[in-house]
Amino acid sequence: MAKYTLEINNTRHDIEVGSGTSLLWVLREHLGLTGTKYGCGIAQCGACTIHIDNKPMKACVLQVDDFADGQKIKTIEGLSSKGDHPLQRAWIETQAPQCGYCQSGQIMQAAALLEENSNPSREEIKSYMNGILCRCGTYLRIIKAIELATDGKVEQG
Amino acid sequence: MSSTPKIVNRREFLKASSGVALFIGVTGIMPQLISCKDTEGIKKQLQNYQLSAWVQISGNGEITIYNPAAEMGQGSMTSLPLIFAEEMDADWSKVKVAFSPQEVEIYGSEGWAPGSKLMFTVGSRSTKSFFPVMRKAGAQARYILMHNAAKYWDVPISELSSRKSFVLHQATNRKISYGDLAPILSMPKTLPNFTLEKLKQPRDFQLIGKTIPRTEIPSKVNGTAQFAIDIKLPNMVYGVLERGNLHAARPTLTNEKDIMAMDGIIKIVPFDYAIGVIAKTLEQALEAKKHLQITWSHSPAIGYNSQEIYPSYENIAGQKKSGKVIHQIGQVTTAKKLASKIYTADFKNDYVYHAQMEPLNAVVQISEDLKNAEVWVGSQQGVDPKLGVPQLLGIPHENVKINLQYLGGGFGRRSMNDFVVEATLLAKEVAPLPVKLIWTREDDLGYGMFRPLSLQRMAASIDKSGNLTSLSHYVVGDGGNLVASGAKNDHYDIPNQLVEWREVSHGIRVKHWRAVGHGPNKFAIECILDEIALGQGMDPIDIRRKLMMKSPKALATLEKAAEMAKWKEPAKEGRAKGVAFVEHGSLGTGICEISVDQNTGKIKVHNFWIALDAGIIVQPDNVKAQMEGGIIMGMSSVLYEQITIVNGRVQQSNFHDYQLLRMQDIPEHIETHLIASADTPEGVGETATPMVAGAIANAFLRLTGKPLRHLPFTPERVLEALNG
Repeated sequence: MAKYTLEINNTRHDIEVGSGTSLLWVLREHLGLTGTKYGCGIAQCGACTIHIDNKPMKACVLQVDDFADGQKIKTIEGLSSKGDHPLQRAWIETQAPQCGYCQSGQIMQAAALLEENSNPSREEIKSYMNGILCRCGTYLRIIKAIELATDGKVEQG
Repeated sequence: MSSTPKIVNRREFLKASSGVALFIGVTGIMPQLISCKDTEGIKKQLQNYQLSAWVQISGNGEITIYNPAAEMGQGSMTSLPLIFAEEMDADWSKVKVAFSPQEVEIYGSEGWAPGSKLMFTVGSRSTKSFFPVMRKAGAQARYILMHNAAKYWDVPISELSSRKSFVLHQATNRKISYGDLAPILSMPKTLPNFTLEKLKQPRDFQLIGKTIPRTEIPSKVNGTAQFAIDIKLPNMVYGVLERGNLHAARPTLTNEKDIMAMDGIIKIVPFDYAIGVIAKTLEQALEAKKHLQITWSHSPAIGYNSQEIYPSYENIAGQKKSGKVIHQIGQVTTAKKLASKIYTADFKNDYVYHAQMEPLNAVVQISEDLKNAEVWVGSQQGVDPKLGVPQLLGIPHENVKINLQYLGGGFGRRSMNDFVVEATLLAKEVAPLPVKLIWTREDDLGYGMFRPLSLQRMAASIDKSGNLTSLSHYVVGDGGNLVASGAKNDHYDIPNQLVEWREVSHGIRVKHWRAVGHGPNKFAIECILDEIALGQGMDPIDIRRKLMMKSPKALATLEKAAEMAKWKEPAKEGRAKGVAFVEHGSLGTGICEISVDQNTGKIKVHNFWIALDAGIIVQPDNVKAQMEGGIIMGMSSVLYEQITIVNGRVQQSNFHDYQLLRMQDIPEHIETHLIASADTPEGVGETATPMVAGAIANAFLRLTGKPLRHLPFTPERVLEALNG
């Protein structure tokens, strides 16, 4: 067991877990930030996508040891204060989720995309989002939601 | 879009400090009213479950309606309470929804078999089966409110009407809100029997058929939607199982001492088919799982190689000995003797895996005396509303509480509660500590329950005038209805039909997978029709139109889809369109437009058009979402997905070698037209998926002149077909 201090959603969290523990388990099982999901454990599905210093990363393959040095970790819970990020509003507007399990990862990936590129083309959206699986098949509505948020056409929350 | 109702959990429901809880049975039991201040009374009422609580009205006008079905993305958390609210004339903006308790006598429906009661979210039946239940209960709630308003104003009930949570007395221009009636509600001596004729006419619907946002979506975009895997209880410990990838092999653990010496390990629990480990943390449990040294016994699957099995299936299909007759009309053999031409073809499909995004899991807590249990689970429910737990523990049903959570995908896999059984057995070992059992993705896939591999031998006879006179359809595969569903044609007028199932078994776990046998069987039926059309020089739409003459509803979907797809217009260079029809409760015709990369063998689907007749549409936008998702899941299975077995062992283990369709390969458009209808709602969750294989293969046939007859259409198989 080792002690770590993580900076998550602008809050410091002190935890004690075994060295090498996956950041995903730390977030979900130790800190109760369960919006980030477990889907595959090998960075293939993207359900666990979070931001580390504003870059999208797959928490399941990250070890806690490497992210306790002041890196800014952001999860879906920290994306907006009231769930009203333009993408979240657009996701509601397009009624994108079905089962909803992958959607935190989808939204976090999309948020990172818009940070990098405020006006992505459809092809750029597809390419950037390709790593995040959705078994319910909501991809078309996800694209619609991203385009809506990009256009600034989304309803005010 | 109008505002979205909130979701409440049961605890909040009981905490409500004012108002009245209205307990309404749907099976002729008299409703009862209890003041919400009487929390003991409510608890007692909820505990003995003699009457049901479908709805609670509080003094501030807030209305809570229960949903008796699982929510796995198909929208029941909105559509079922909405049907109730429609008949109650509730103001939807003030409605909250909550899962009903798993009490089948109260919340079950007869939708599966008359006289039975089930809470079972399978077969796309929730809306259809609960439609009359929710309408009747909602109408009863409205009647009680009207009855009390009539008493309050001292006017005949016949002079009253209702709208948006108000009772209106037009003659005196008075109105009173449902919330204001709550404190003065009393039960009428009798309740009218609400037969269908006494319920609203479709033209009067205010909520059904409108674009209304789904209730749980806000929680699914901010991370707060709770799935069973998210549950955390005080003192909770973690369980995992190593099940191997050789189904039904028995394990022997050879390093028990070493495992027990690892950090945090609480207990090792052997199962017939797995070794379980309970640990203080999930990471400790998983670490131990990695280090388990297990020798596996023989299994019935040893020696089985899935990709080499097809010749034996062909032999079985060709044997004289009949299989189980699933459906028979007329005399296929006579028709064949009189035929001028016979078309035959075999269609094949490999195993596919559910791949629901939330791996299986459950949390179970059992009391120290082992007499009570509580379960948190995302389940499609089951024949036993307590999911097998009472029997497992030898305790009465009422001692088990099931807390249904959102499902991170079901697709049939969560209609089997093997993971609840496992979690219960682990929890029993460490009672009263709660145990969270998690299947890793590797567990979920390697020990999955797949849609069976099967072969469809099709033979169709044509008479001198070019009429399709008979169709025989032999299904060879494991799992009975798992492979035979959807082989029967109710909407094609073919005078002689024979469907047979010829059984084989390989010791591989098989299960319902979205649309079940409809996937492979509609593929075979729709493709043989296009092969006939090609051979007879007919247009694929024309051959279906002729066959659908006696089924106007099916025909209407065909005509509409053809119109949407501009079927008659010449295809763009390098592209072709293909059509397929499916009945799965609802009726749908799908047309896709594809192109093929002749060098790589990759099929690109550009567009999909669907015309659907699903009776009354409760939630139109949600039905469209089901069509979109059904097509995408269908494309994924048709173009990529493949489980293979070598010497009994599942060869794939995770999403790196079990490929699902990703965003880059989706069509540009999926367009759905919903045909207006006043008929009873029919299921929509499984109508789109089985269209895909037939539509793509038929487009491929029109584009290249070559048939595709083996699912999935991997680039290798496509190239083989092109070069064949």
